[in-house]
Amino acid sequence: MASLIEKTPAAGLTPLSRGDAVLTEVLPGPITAIMPYGGKDRAVASALKALGLGLPGPNRSVTKGAAACVWTGRGQAFLIGAEPPDGLAGIAALTDQSDAWVVLRLAGPAAEAVLARLVPIDLRAATGFRTGAVARTLLGHMPLVIRRTAAAEFELMTFRSMAAHAVHELDVAMTAVAARG
Amino acid sequence: MRIEGRGLIDRSRRLGFRFDGRELEGFAGDTLASALLANGVRLVGRSFKYHRPRGVFTAGSEEPNALVTLGRGAKQVPNVRATVQELFSGLDARSQNRWPSVGFDLLSVNDLFAPFLGAGFYYKTFMWPRAFWERIYEPAIRRAAGLGALSGETNDDAYEKAFAFCDVLVIGAGPAGLAAALAAARAGADVILADEDSRMGGRLLAETEEIDGKPGHLWVDGVLAELAAMKNVRLMARTAVVGAYDGGTYGAVERTGLHLADAPAALPRECFWRIVAKRAVLAAGALERPIAFPMNDRPGVMLAGAVRAYLNRWGVAPGKAVTLFCNNDDAHRTARDLVAAGIEVAGVIDVRADARPGGDFPVYPGARIVGTTGRKALKAIEIQTVNGRKTIATDCLAVSGGFNPTLHLTCHMGGRPEWRDEIAAFVPKPGAVPGLDAAGAAAGRFTTAQAMADGARAGAEAAEATGHAPVALDLPAAEDAPLRVQAYWEVREPGRAWLDLANDVTTKDVRLAAQEAYTSVEHMKRYTTQGMAPDQGKNSNVGALAILADATGRGIPQTGTTTFRPPYTPVSIAALGAGAQGMGFAPRRLTTSHGASVARGAPMIEAGLWYRPSYFPLPGEEGWEEPCRREVLAVREAVGVCDVSTLGKIDIQGPDAGRFLDLVYTNTFSTLPVGRVRYGLMLREDGMVLDDGTTARLGEHHYLMTTTTAAAGQVMRHLDFVHQAHCPDWDVRFISVTEQWAQFAIAGPRSRALLDSLLDAPVDPAAFPFMGCGAVAVMGVPGRLFRISFSGEHAYELAVPSRHGEALFRDLAARAEALGGAPYGMEALNVLRIEKGFITHAEIHGRVTAFDIGLQGMMSTKKDFIGKGASQRPGLSGEAREQLVGLKPVQGDKRLSAGAHLFTPGEEVSAATSQGYVTSVGPSPVAGCWIGLGFLRNGRARLGEMVRFVDHLRGQDFLCEVVGPVFHDPEGGRARG
Repeated sequence: MASLIEKTPAAGLTPLSRGDAVLTEVLPGPITAIMPYGGKDRAVASALKALGLGLPGPNRSVTKGAAACVWTGRGQAFLIGAEPPDGLAGIAALTDQSDAWVVLRLAGPAAEAVLARLVPIDLRAATGFRTGAVARTLLGHMPLVIRRTAAAEFELMTFRSMAAHAVHELDVAMTAVAARG
Repeated sequence: MRIEGRGLIDRSRRLGFRFDGRELEGFAGDTLASALLANGVRLVGRSFKYHRPRGVFTAGSEEPNALVTLGRGAKQVPNVRATVQELFSGLDARSQNRWPSVGFDLLSVNDLFAPFLGAGFYYKTFMWPRAFWERIYEPAIRRAAGLGALSGETNDDAYEKAFAFCDVLVIGAGPAGLAAALAAARAGADVILADEDSRMGGRLLAETEEIDGKPGHLWVDGVLAELAAMKNVRLMARTAVVGAYDGGTYGAVERTGLHLADAPAALPRECFWRIVAKRAVLAAGALERPIAFPMNDRPGVMLAGAVRAYLNRWGVAPGKAVTLFCNNDDAHRTARDLVAAGIEVAGVIDVRADARPGGDFPVYPGARIVGTTGRKALKAIEIQTVNGRKTIATDCLAVSGGFNPTLHLTCHMGGRPEWRDEIAAFVPKPGAVPGLDAAGAAAGRFTTAQAMADGARAGAEAAEATGHAPVALDLPAAEDAPLRVQAYWEVREPGRAWLDLANDVTTKDVRLAAQEAYTSVEHMKRYTTQGMAPDQGKNSNVGALAILADATGRGIPQTGTTTFRPPYTPVSIAALGAGAQGMGFAPRRLTTSHGASVARGAPMIEAGLWYRPSYFPLPGEEGWEEPCRREVLAVREAVGVCDVSTLGKIDIQGPDAGRFLDLVYTNTFSTLPVGRVRYGLMLREDGMVLDDGTTARLGEHHYLMTTTTAAAGQVMRHLDFVHQAHCPDWDVRFISVTEQWAQFAIAGPRSRALLDSLLDAPVDPAAFPFMGCGAVAVMGVPGRLFRISFSGEHAYELAVPSRHGEALFRDLAARAEALGGAPYGMEALNVLRIEKGFITHAEIHGRVTAFDIGLQGMMSTKKDFIGKGASQRPGLSGEAREQLVGLKPVQGDKRLSAGAHLFTPGEEVSAATSQGYVTSVGPSPVAGCWIGLGFLRNGRARLGEMVRFVDHLRGQDFLCEVVGPVFHDPEGGRARG
């Protein structure tokens, strides 16, 4: 039987290595928006325990192995890398977002300096943006979910349609930082 | 002329450079200005208005005269301050505002007319005839008066912008700034130390004074080494902090590549920083100010501190026989340093009667300069002493009229400085910029010892305010002689005395302003243009207002300063706009079918941030109309395929979802059966139409809303607002799924045949009646099918997860072609919907009501909805409204154009008599001519009437027939069937 070929959001655009920063596309598996109904935060959190996760507070994420639950806004979190567990029906709205985002990993000692060219918020670990921290902000003029996944590693999510533009902007910033030596 | 053994330049590294084609040489560590002076180049430019010969005046970023153009062609950078530009090998500089050369400038004839060219001359003279100003006078004046110019070519040099955050931002790395940074950093604060100079140290690099018994620059080196080794300190040299903004945000521009000989192409030339600091210490020092005296603008006239800086930092003697003119003790240091370096000091002319001799040079107490000579370079000065007049031969005159604290940043949020008589200067008003504290000379504390102590205090306080316990600093011994200064602004003698060298403003201009009633300092500034040149009057503001104060009989504090606004020093637009050149201007949103569309030769056009295919040309087709017509007919007669993924899609869930939709739409959605789609209309709170689109009910508590491409973000924001502001306790949740689904319209009589060949199971007409929806599978991929039509034909929209979008588009397009159809683009889509009278945001542009578009029947009378009350206000419905109609030209070959206005035939054509306007047009194969949609006053009652179609922009004027907005299948049988 014929099949519909799949294409990843940043197919052919990464990896990019510039100086002390490397950009790669991440294929995180399923992404599900979880939006608990009124008063159901605790119930949703306990349902997520089945995955070893919970419902993160604002600007936070919870991870377990390859799965993560990432705060993405008021009353909203993304379950990434795992299918939603049972027990969420009726207590939260679940929406498939697996194809809606390009997920990029920016890693290396220069990652923070590269992001300082594009992201208008304070990403210093010393002032709170430590591993696990999340923010919804901007990448240039693009919407961004940013999560620090390690000391020198960030996961960046923006709209799938903007993948090429995002990679280009990051490339320019990475190149400029690398050129400073 | 270089002085052996002096200066912080690296004499082992010679750098060749060019100035106006002359091959010259300098050393590493030179600025362009110091290298020019070392080569004996005195004349570096022509003045703005009178084309007077001018030379280097300062040694810093406040330079008014020595502006040059660097580089050639697209990369040329005008108005570079030679005093800031670091010398590099191969630097190619040219003087400005001269023709044919800086030595022989034809427009210096302007100088002969100087008596007529005072402030206000142009406005008074060139008023008549009025129309001549814009076309003739102003361009001619602008050509004659000027600065350097851009090349007019696109410069693809890299520039960048960046953000930084810190506890304490220290602005300026002189004695005060270094002490502040050290105090804050040792306390543990996260510190950024920014300095506009290429080398940190401020005045300590330019003086012979010692710190702790060592040359000042060695102390600087020690402090910098300590700071550089601390993890909580970032040193930003070549970074001018240029603006103070809300919330502790500071703008700063960093020279990253403009000072390098072989900067890699990838290295940005400049970086524009936005630095957010919890606290800031302004340690920007002070600017020496000149004194106005007759003919004080000749090359060779310089500031006393600058002469000292050229001598001590760059080992350059700016003259062979130097004279000084001053009103303070500090200037005498210049004389002492010059003599120590073996340079003749021909006289110190001190306006103070009690000035004392201080070295091996003549001092003239109570004297003043009454004139100078020397056309392209200073030759002699004439002085008035207590014993009479005297002429002194001199090739360099060092002037000091005291010091103005560099307080500009403290005024960027509306604060005004305060006058202090004892130092004859304005000082910053504490708290004028929240979180910013001035220290050292910037606060009027001028001695090195005072500056260090004040900096250490400010640094410790800033650290403490950001939660770091201060640590005491052991400050070294330093110079502490007070600046004794006597306010003295001008020598009132015949002859022009310049205040603003950069804009050629003299004391006479300021007095004329006062005489003509421009007595407010802000009016004087605008009348004379004082302070409006690239240096923003750094050398002349206080002097000019002092003279205005004198001319108006007010004191200096009563006269006040003009408003200092950002930027403190010039910032190139390239840095401000970094990243926004060309396609970088806005994010590009590409559909999954983008590559496939481009591969088919489709020109891509912008739709918001999206790019969509205009049409899909076949070999041999020319222009857009031919493929557009073919694509329209493909849909009408066979089947067409179009990517509609750009339409906004919002997933809406929850027990209260239906109720919520009833609130946001004018019509009812809670009654919509599962598996059905309904067209909905949404109003803003003011009753005007916000958006339209279809919403499908996917489940009991699950809807999928479609918005227009243009308003997707706006509708999402509106839903958030309505939920949070009007019904926060309702259990409804929503999120955009625009990006999740790739969605394609499959339209035309053969659309079902196409789908039957593609889907895993054929389309069941019972499950998919007109406005039906449901789940389908495409080659095993779960998708959604909607039987909706934007073309008026039997049509569907098929959605699959975006990862499959490109493959599905390619497949659909091939299948359509096999069935005699085609993929279609925006032009055909537009024609198809105009033929059906379907609206887009060309029609619902924000000023139309549901009544205007004929959809008043969709406004439910049984429920409330957002905008209902406001839409019922008088004047928003009725005969006076411009209503949606169709338009057909009476002569079938006429092309309609959107934006044209409609008039009643035989009546006057004027803005007041406009009966309406045209919103959408296109060539209709169905009608056999161009057709249009537009709004016409009381239009629905005027069907069959003639209107006059006038497009003033395109010169169109002909008659149109007013028809109903639906040109094709008004009964809708084709879509339903």
